[in-house]
Amino acid sequence: MSRLIDKTFWGYTIGLIALIALNFVLEDWMRNIGLQSMARGIVAIGLLVLWRTGLISFGHALFFGFGAYTVAMMQIIGINDIVLLAIAGTATAGVLAFFLGLLLKQYRAIFFALLNLAFSMILYGVLAKLESLGSTDGIGIEQTTFLGFAPEGESYQITLFIFAALFAYIAAVAAHWYLKSTLGMMTMAVRENEIRVEYLGYSAERAIHVKYVISGLLAGMGGVLMALTIGHVDPDSMVYWPVSGDFVFITILSGTGNVGATFIGALVYELLRTYAFEYAPEIWQLILGGSLLIIIMFLPDGLWSIHAEWIKRRALRRADAEPQAAE
Amino acid sequence: MANVLTVRDLEKNFGGVVAAHNINVDIDDGETIGIIGANGAGKTTFVNMVTGYLPPTSGRIDFMGRSLLGLKPRDVTKLGLCRSFQVAQVFLSETVFDNMLMAYGIAERSGFGLLTPIDTEERAARVDEQLRRYQISDYRNAAASALPQGVRKLLDIAMATVRDPKLIMLDEPTSGISVEEKFGLMDIIMQALRDADTTVLFIEHDMEIVERYVSRVLAFYQGEIICDAPTAEAMKDDKVKEFVIGQEYHPGHTEDAADA
Repeated sequence: MSRLIDKTFWGYTIGLIALIALNFVLEDWMRNIGLQSMARGIVAIGLLVLWRTGLISFGHALFFGFGAYTVAMMQIIGINDIVLLAIAGTATAGVLAFFLGLLLKQYRAIFFALLNLAFSMILYGVLAKLESLGSTDGIGIEQTTFLGFAPEGESYQITLFIFAALFAYIAAVAAHWYLKSTLGMMTMAVRENEIRVEYLGYSAERAIHVKYVISGLLAGMGGVLMALTIGHVDPDSMVYWPVSGDFVFITILSGTGNVGATFIGALVYELLRTYAFEYAPEIWQLILGGSLLIIIMFLPDGLWSIHAEWIKRRALRRADAEPQAAE
Repeated sequence: MANVLTVRDLEKNFGGVVAAHNINVDIDDGETIGIIGANGAGKTTFVNMVTGYLPPTSGRIDFMGRSLLGLKPRDVTKLGLCRSFQVAQVFLSETVFDNMLMAYGIAERSGFGLLTPIDTEERAARVDEQLRRYQISDYRNAAASALPQGVRKLLDIAMATVRDPKLIMLDEPTSGISVEEKFGLMDIIMQALRDADTTVLFIEHDMEIVERYVSRVLAFYQGEIICDAPTAEAMKDDKVKEFVIGQEYHPGHTEDAADA
């Protein structure tokens, strides 16, 4: 067990406690940014798993939107508790990923990326036509209950935030443990050398399929949270291709070094977008694009590499200090 | 001696090109066999077919009494027939230790067991043991991409043997290795495989290596086996001399033409 309860695990646990404590002093707009960051951060975990495998998807809004619309459909049939919604949205997206994965596991590189985009645009097209789900106008999402408890006003937001933080925590810990497992290490192995994986006795395609389903599950969960946060789902804000682009942006911003970094990446992205839009409404895309450029040029391994670099420097300083101490 | 591998009437055509024709081989437990032949003679095609990488056009391949036809490399591997590669197939950006860890993880776990942590103390101990066996412990924490060619070859073979295979096929273990290093490298490999009671078949261009390490030779020429005999006999065979070794080979001379 001690292999699982490591420093990173404690880091996430402390992060969760801090978030929940912070939640009670946050203002409403901050809480909203936090909620959106958590929703997108969960999706980015799935993209991180794919990216470690050497794959990138330009279409994960497909699963994100699927999770979000599952909330709408569940509410239509009268099921409206956050735990059930989360399970349903995650599971349906996972099932969809399983079936699409049967095809996608055979593709790599740009073909993989664009096939995902193609599928997401098919869903976009279907939802835009679907009158019963509001077509392009979308459909409103009602306030959910929390294990039967139905808070109102600000306490609704506070409770939603706590549950979102719990889901994000569960997703992060599960993904962290997964990456430490044999199957998780195969992300690297498949990226580096599929032939070797085959000759070690495992199917590279199967490994990719598993990772794809995981990314679908996580994107579905993110979609559920986003639907509840915004209180509305429509094809443009949930399934359209720029939504997929946001996730890729966050993944690049965060780097693949640590699962938890995706939440920092998502938060930075959210702040960048919010402030760029507020203070430079004419050129906010330019600011986002410029930031991405800076990240790719100066921090190709994402924000997490700042931390990694710091650890390395500290180790070097200690190594330097030691011989003098021995003298 | 018990039979390990039986190959009967194996054929392989790539379009109109015959890559293997009428291949018949029996390999017994504990043998050490060398496959020789010029480039394009069908040596690697043979290994690729036996290990499931290429489907033969026709013929039979039985390993330990079980047909290998239609099996994927991963299935053949699991049955205990492993291989190494002419160009070492390792995870270049990872350390030697992580390469080995991955190999053991896949070999030792299946199904939901694959979700258990890979880096356990017991497994790390097995990794270190294997690194010692192949004398590459010094490189434990080096990235595979930074390894000298010989060490990378050893790592490739160390990864291929984590399942303790019954039979291993090595594709040119000394290609790309300097003349000074090749015997040392082969000594390590053969010692480790002998200790594990692994039957060995390897492709080799270097006749010195062949003469020194194998007891039986299969000579390939244009997709066919033109000679299957004990090493000393094969070296004297007229067809082998003409089509495989060539004129310029002189025993004891290191710079033979067949080395290229």
